[in-house]
Amino acid sequence: MKAIVKYIISIISALRTLIKGMAITGHYISHPKEIITQQYPENRETLKMFDMFRGEVVLTHNEDNEHMCTGCSACEVVCPNGTIEIISKRIEMPDGKKKKVIDKFVYHLSMCTFCNLCILSCPTDAIKMSQDFEHAVFDRSQLTKVLNKPGSKLMEGVR
Amino acid sequence: MEEIATNKNTGKPLETQEYFINMGPQHPSTHGVLRLLLTLEGEIIHNVEPHLGYIHRSIEKMCEKDSYTQIIHLTDRMDYLSSHMNNEAVSLAVEQGLEVEIPDRVKVIRTIISELTRLSSHQLWWGVFGMDLGAITSFLYGFRDREMIIDIFEETCGARLTMNYNVPGGLMFDIHPNFQKGTKAFVTHFKKKLPEYDQLLTENVIFELRTKGVGVLSKEDAISFGVTGPTGRASGFSNDIRKHNPYSAYTQVDFNEVLREEGDSYARYKVRIQEMWESMSIIEQLIDNIPEGDYKVKTKAVIKLPKGEYYQKVETARGEFGVYIISEGGKSPYRLKFRSPGFSNLSALNRMAKGAKIADLVVIMSTLDLVIPDIDR
Ligand code: SF4
Ligand code: SF4
Repeated sequence: MKAIVKYIISIISALRTLIKGMAITGHYISHPKEIITQQYPENRETLKMFDMFRGEVVLTHNEDNEHMCTGCSACEVVCPNGTIEIISKRIEMPDGKKKKVIDKFVYHLSMCTFCNLCILSCPTDAIKMSQDFEHAVFDRSQLTKVLNKPGSKLMEGVR
Repeated sequence: MEEIATNKNTGKPLETQEYFINMGPQHPSTHGVLRLLLTLEGEIIHNVEPHLGYIHRSIEKMCEKDSYTQIIHLTDRMDYLSSHMNNEAVSLAVEQGLEVEIPDRVKVIRTIISELTRLSSHQLWWGVFGMDLGAITSFLYGFRDREMIIDIFEETCGARLTMNYNVPGGLMFDIHPNFQKGTKAFVTHFKKKLPEYDQLLTENVIFELRTKGVGVLSKEDAISFGVTGPTGRASGFSNDIRKHNPYSAYTQVDFNEVLREEGDSYARYKVRIQEMWESMSIIEQLIDNIPEGDYKVKTKAVIKLPKGEYYQKVETARGEFGVYIISEGGKSPYRLKFRSPGFSNLSALNRMAKGAKIADLVVIMSTLDLVIPDIDR
């Protein structure tokens, strides 16, 4: 007899705790405003990442297609995993002097660990992190990017 | 009395035999690539032998090539749920070698972010623990609240998980103007939501039956296996580095070290829930008193540590994390050793799981809160 009473009590207490848990579910069903699910990718238009977000490294260009990278290779040296390759060339200046400028700023997105050290090391603030996070591509080779735009040149006055 | 099956022809009891099965490396409840070799008799576990090496990246060896600034970002990839604390440990060890005085502002910010990281780690653990027991709901609730913390990190340092926010000598950037507001909003929000966790899981009868008395670890065993963190504290082993060897701003705050005596899965669960309350109280004490000042002291571009040995330990969400640097005076360490909490905690698994059923092993492993890349670095 005792065992049966105990058994019934345990069933009741089990049901009580289950109902207690279900009460929370019920609360959220009746309060849809408190649910925080985001409908990605439907909300692409309104989805804004924080300014600090480390999406990928980009070389900033102004309207005249000029960038600020002097080709000093500080970022290349500081990068822990060889993500950045600076390929520079020598060009002849109008006054006859030879000057070293970047030919290609190669960035291997597939190797980047988003540590932000390159951004900190750049003396001219030429590179920054973009807020783009949709990195998926169909072919791995597309992840190797040349960051300086074709025909771009060094901004006046940056040394 | 169990009936023993007999051989029909001879009438003798049937022979039973131990057998082996592999659990993992791709088993969902191992939360990563951990392979356990189980010796079983029926469903009773006789022996558990963890096999490591599936996610070995030789981080310690890589550190011997990297500069001290670069080492920090590698520690993100060990215990990724406590990345800030790991970063802090390396930074503190390097700062110890450089003998620089760290501004109070840095100390306080580091402490607040450490506690936020601990909260987010425990929230994730809580969600995943529920899921290991078959309660998917808790997973969603844990992640809902964790998202708020992750957003605070993202706004201040740009990364969500592998933060790399510490540099030797301070922080990478100053905190975002919204940091204090966001953190306070989170604490207010989470104080309301944490009781929901109890209501959903802690008081549930099925949950209690599955965790109470399962995987008991005695205090003596906890000490001899070096089990630290919430797992050790649930067995009554007082090991909180924040209390015993305070670093950063832990000297300024008032908090309790959560201890329990039972040493079973339920105790480990309760310790973590209680720790979330303590973390929130630490954050509340500091968030309004962030001192003004620099967020970083100037260090040389190429950091060279004087010849010698440096050791720094911190309390991560899983226990004692130590960094041991031997420097020969160069720009990278001669040898670097990490003492990761997960590795020692895992060593006690065999002792805890002996005699338990396979389903209990999942519970025990989950309450150890293992992060495999931390064990296998
Ligand atoms: S973020 Fe880090 S890994 Fe990526 S390119 Fe910069 S330095 Fe290299
Ligand atoms: S991006 Fe900056 S650090 Fe890198 S090569 Fe150009 S100027 Fe130097």
